[in-house]
Amino acid sequence: MQKHPSDPVKNLRDPDPRVVSEDRELLDRFVPASDIGSGWEPFGENELGRLRHVGIDLAGSMRAGTFIQSNCNVARCECTASGVELLPITEAIKRYDGLDGYLWRLVEKDEDVFTEETAAHLDNGYFIRALPGERVVYPVQACLYMRNENVAQRVHNVVVAEEGSELHIITGCATHPDLTTGLHIGISEFYVKKGAKLVFTMIHNWGEEVHVRPRTGIRVEEDGVFLSNYISLKGVKSVQTYPTAILAGRNALARFHSVLVAPEGTLLDTGARVVLDAPGSRAEIISRTISSGGKVLARGHLIGRAQKVKAHLECQGLILAEQGVIHAIPELEAHVADVDMSHEAAVGRIAREEIEYLMARGLSEEEATSTIVRGFLNVRIEGLPPELDRELQSVVEETRLGM
Amino acid sequence: MLQVEDLWVDVQGREVLKGINLHIGQGETHCLFGKNGSGKTTLLMTLMGFSGYTVKHGRILFKGEDITHLPTNERAILGLGLSFQRPPTLRGVKLADMLAFSRISREEAARLARTWGFDHFLDREVNLGFSGGEIKKSELLQLIAQNPDLTLLDEPESGVDIENLHVIGEMIKKLLQKDVHKGRRKSGLIITHTGFILNYLAADKGHVMLNGQIYCHGNPVEIFEAIQKYGYEECARCRNIHRTL
Repeated sequence: MQKHPSDPVKNLRDPDPRVVSEDRELLDRFVPASDIGSGWEPFGENELGRLRHVGIDLAGSMRAGTFIQSNCNVARCECTASGVELLPITEAIKRYDGLDGYLWRLVEKDEDVFTEETAAHLDNGYFIRALPGERVVYPVQACLYMRNENVAQRVHNVVVAEEGSELHIITGCATHPDLTTGLHIGISEFYVKKGAKLVFTMIHNWGEEVHVRPRTGIRVEEDGVFLSNYISLKGVKSVQTYPTAILAGRNALARFHSVLVAPEGTLLDTGARVVLDAPGSRAEIISRTISSGGKVLARGHLIGRAQKVKAHLECQGLILAEQGVIHAIPELEAHVADVDMSHEAAVGRIAREEIEYLMARGLSEEEATSTIVRGFLNVRIEGLPPELDRELQSVVEETRLGM
Repeated sequence: MLQVEDLWVDVQGREVLKGINLHIGQGETHCLFGKNGSGKTTLLMTLMGFSGYTVKHGRILFKGEDITHLPTNERAILGLGLSFQRPPTLRGVKLADMLAFSRISREEAARLARTWGFDHFLDREVNLGFSGGEIKKSELLQLIAQNPDLTLLDEPESGVDIENLHVIGEMIKKLLQKDVHKGRRKSGLIITHTGFILNYLAADKGHVMLNGQIYCHGNPVEIFEAIQKYGYEECARCRNIHRTL
């Protein structure tokens, strides 16, 4: 694997002492996954169903490879397609000389309490690499599963799409159906080399009292494409995620789509940041969020630092319950004159006018509302398996009934 | 078909309709003329039962049934259809979905769309980025699928370019069964500002609305010619209402 020059990403988060102490307190509340032991029991039927709902198909016939980690144990790591390499990260670190140049290059070790914890006590994670010029047809599926109550899972993932390759990944993150609380820390670093394409679809289905702290960095080289889809439709205590993509080469492209539902008791602090560092690079951040009682922070930050970049940010939020909160925070930052950057944000209830438009076509008020909510969440998601699509529909239905 | 009796309607606490009487028989097409802000659209919205239009007095009978307080969708199911002047954009809802609400098959919807040269719009999110003419076509296509007995049209010609006016006219004729000369069942009420639509289809009666009241019932072409010649002030002065009622 070739080394490459990589620019370390500056810590863009404010080191607020209050936040640090809250983070520390959160971390101390849970038992490290490594303390749970490495015994392995096969998945029960209810667990398999849970995995299917986050896009993980254990029959795996339509998958290029499968990685499943439960707590700190790698339950499965197998690769059926040629042209793609799949390893537990601990293996990859051994095999590739510490993954020098790839590990902790896009996320800083000392960014916060969670990165420090993962750097010091790694449970595992995946390493996925598409070999140069290889177009991997089926997606690689990866599942990070928390099986026991009150555990802190610390994961580090590295994905490399080598020059001219194409790779699709479906990551399903879930907890045991009976589990209520836990902490998931996931450090992820994505390297999209020259002319490569990486499509990353992440589906979350956590327990209702689970805290989730992904820390993600992406680097896209010349003519590279990075597409991210993030779907979280079920209740979770808190998610705090803010991936940063650096478009380092000419005409690089990054697109972040998220579809989020925050039921009562859920806090989703989400968004994405893209640094457009090379001429002709493009970025798009689109979020569709629904609050059925919970709170959503929909962030987005586009930083234009090169000529002829084009970037767009869009936050659409629908509030379906009285106590719901959606806070859209779009930021545009241009450092040169010749940039085309825009944003639009709209947050509110379903317009009465839209409901009545459908009622004039014969739909009842309930049917009209449901049609609008379904349409709102109908973001085209590349490579979504049918099971997941059905899940999306049923959650929309539940969301509607919970209004 | 439709009987409006002494209808008084408030919008946001303001009296907009002040005692409207209107009768539309089966198979008849009526035109409603009037200045902007005279209450024409309010009448259509009230007939369709939209929120924000409060009936203070009077009633609306449709096919003999009192629909004054019926929800919009029940009116639609009874056979009332409305073409919106400025319909909202529904993200993620395609025109094909809208047609499917009328319980016609996908094939039938596709056939209809093809007939009217609009099949390339079936997969488009409804009204998103539609031009004025495309909105009208989309609305009329939805109505053709819905097949209402009384069609309410709010300025069907507005924002439509000359080439498309003809298609719009043909679509309205289809809706109003203008090809049936004996035993026509479909009725229509058309708000028109410009009167252009009269070049494309024959209307049976015309009405002039001014300041929330109907000032004139009569021959639509004659009324329109008089308005063009003398303006609405003449209608206010003449008050032809009693002669024709």
